[in-house]
Amino acid sequence: MKRLMSFGIVASTMLAFASPVLAQTVFVSTQLRPIEEATVVREELLQDVGDVDYVVEEPPQFAVRMEAERQAGTRTVSLVGALHGELSPLADRDSLEPLDDLAKTLAAGGMPQSLLDLGKLGKSTQQYIPWMQATYVMAAKKEALQYLPSGADVNTLTYDQLIEWGKKMQEATGQPQIGFPAGPKGLMARYFQGYFYPSFTGGVVRTFQSADAAAGWEKLKALWAYVNPNSTNYDFMQEPLAAGEVMVAWDHVARLKNAISAAPDDYVVFPAPAGPKGRGYMPVVAGLAIPKGAPDKDGATKIIEHLVTPDVQLLTASRVGFFPTLNVKLPEDLDPGVALLAAAVTTTQASKDALISLLPVGLGDKGGEFNKVYMDSFQRIVLQNEPIADVLKAQGETMAKLMTDTKASCWAPDAKSDGPCPVE
Amino acid sequence: MTKNRSWIPYLLILPSVAFLALLFIVPLLQTIWLAFSDNGVPSPANAQRMMADINFARSIKNTFLLTIAVVPVQLAIALVMGTMVAKVGRGRETILWVWTIPLGISDLAAGLVWLSILQNSGYFNSLLLGLGILERQASWLSYQTPVALFFAIAVAEIWRGTAIVMVIIVAGLNQVPREFKEAAEIFGAGPWTRFWRITLPLIRPALQSALILRTVLAFEVFAVVYALGGRNFPVLVGEAYNWQNQNQNYGVAAAYAVLIMIISLAATLIYLKAIKVDPERLP
Repeated sequence: MKRLMSFGIVASTMLAFASPVLAQTVFVSTQLRPIEEATVVREELLQDVGDVDYVVEEPPQFAVRMEAERQAGTRTVSLVGALHGELSPLADRDSLEPLDDLAKTLAAGGMPQSLLDLGKLGKSTQQYIPWMQATYVMAAKKEALQYLPSGADVNTLTYDQLIEWGKKMQEATGQPQIGFPAGPKGLMARYFQGYFYPSFTGGVVRTFQSADAAAGWEKLKALWAYVNPNSTNYDFMQEPLAAGEVMVAWDHVARLKNAISAAPDDYVVFPAPAGPKGRGYMPVVAGLAIPKGAPDKDGATKIIEHLVTPDVQLLTASRVGFFPTLNVKLPEDLDPGVALLAAAVTTTQASKDALISLLPVGLGDKGGEFNKVYMDSFQRIVLQNEPIADVLKAQGETMAKLMTDTKASCWAPDAKSDGPCPVE
Repeated sequence: MTKNRSWIPYLLILPSVAFLALLFIVPLLQTIWLAFSDNGVPSPANAQRMMADINFARSIKNTFLLTIAVVPVQLAIALVMGTMVAKVGRGRETILWVWTIPLGISDLAAGLVWLSILQNSGYFNSLLLGLGILERQASWLSYQTPVALFFAIAVAEIWRGTAIVMVIIVAGLNQVPREFKEAAEIFGAGPWTRFWRITLPLIRPALQSALILRTVLAFEVFAVVYALGGRNFPVLVGEAYNWQNQNQNYGVAAAYAVLIMIISLAATLIYLKAIKVDPERLP
């Protein structure tokens, strides 16, 4: 017995030390985090590319982990998948491998050059390879369409029409029927940065406290009278839509997908409304990058090549609702819900008044505080009914300080700046 | 012989002291430094930023209101439950076991349980709709219904945290000698007098620990509030979490942590002074 036990101990110790030999390529991602999506990645998308350990991490923890590994000088992560804005602080610290050869091959294979250029993050070399893209759209239950104001087309909606629509729905059903994801984990800040501000002011930072912005906030207050007050609890709009709490909602395509895929015949999906300066919209790009000093650079390159093949890109689109970065035609037999979302994205991009607004760049780890400026303004102006001019002045000062501290220069749709982006 | 071994007790507690120093005091000092420094130099910038924040005053008010509303109710319920169970002979263990179920549930799970009851399409609304009291779903947890939201959070907290108070009080009640009560009964004291004059003074140590524990935990309330109120009901720990996790400003988050610690320490000191326990009754 004793011999058996000591044999067991020796064997397990040997196994414990031997396991690093069965090296896995560690792939850390801030995207496709929910368990269903992570399972799709592990069991379908990463099949046949060898032994990959797909690890998901919340964005704040991701930033901490990458910085800790950089400072320690020991990398465990060979491949990272993250949003454009999450990769930019890594590129700023010069901790990503240049991927120019891969980019050249992909450009020849049909990846749009404009998208590849985003992956340079303002540097001379390719920092990441665009992996998937998405944007934000609006979705409505078909029964809501009967209350559309006369002459309004959902695909070319304006803010005035949306307010009118909300009013009619509330009168008919007795309840506010519009919803926004303004909960603690909702993406409401992106609504302000990519949709509200560009649509009303044509800018994001420069125009923060302009007269146009004040007029826009007045409109939002008018709209909010028809917005479900539970919106400040909503994180993902698919749940309130599916539960029948709201009929019309704005959110990220991936956060609407479950409701729409479950009942594609019940919904219409369409672009966000247009303001006086155009129809603001924000493309979301997730990229794949290799950290400098990665333990398995070859394995990581192989995974990138695999994930951007047309077949895998289409599989990704149909299973998780993020769209290809390659110029591929979506197949006919695509999940009908995803097809609806994809059509709305195309309609948005093709709108005559479309106004593209990029994800913030150069803010480093101050991205959260940048979001807070918009969310605090929203809380004070819309929820607490404070005077608009005072709030914009106070929050504008916070914003200006943030820009000087980070030295971030302006990004589209704001006009380019020398040095930190000014708040005018 | 015994004189030479006077160092043994110190040696025995040394590992735990070292453990506490390493895993508690060092991070504590680091947090204090993080809160009161800026780029490596001492500075009140983080504390100022914390106090200037729009949610600061609200989070303090909400945390204190919740503590004031929840702790006395929990204590009263626990006392009633404790005295009730003391009279029960058979099945006592089963009753205690059922009552302590909320202890085994994590804060967040408790919050989610109450969310499923109180959200728009939840059980509470379904019940009211079914009884014909409501015509359409009412919302209880939105920023427009602060009183209902406060009430919901308080009820969820009371449900979740009463069991621990009860466990401490039952333990205290078990130590009250039966002879005292019997003597009082012989002299004609009614149940109320017996409770007020004998039981309550004798369970003081238990009351003190229960109050300290519950109050400190009430100042640290977070998960239940987060599940039910989200952004609508800021509390101190919630703000610390937001600054750390969403705004990624560790300095301001540390300032909140230090503030919570100061408030908890102050509350503990007040209880230690206010509810005096005879030295011979200390464990």
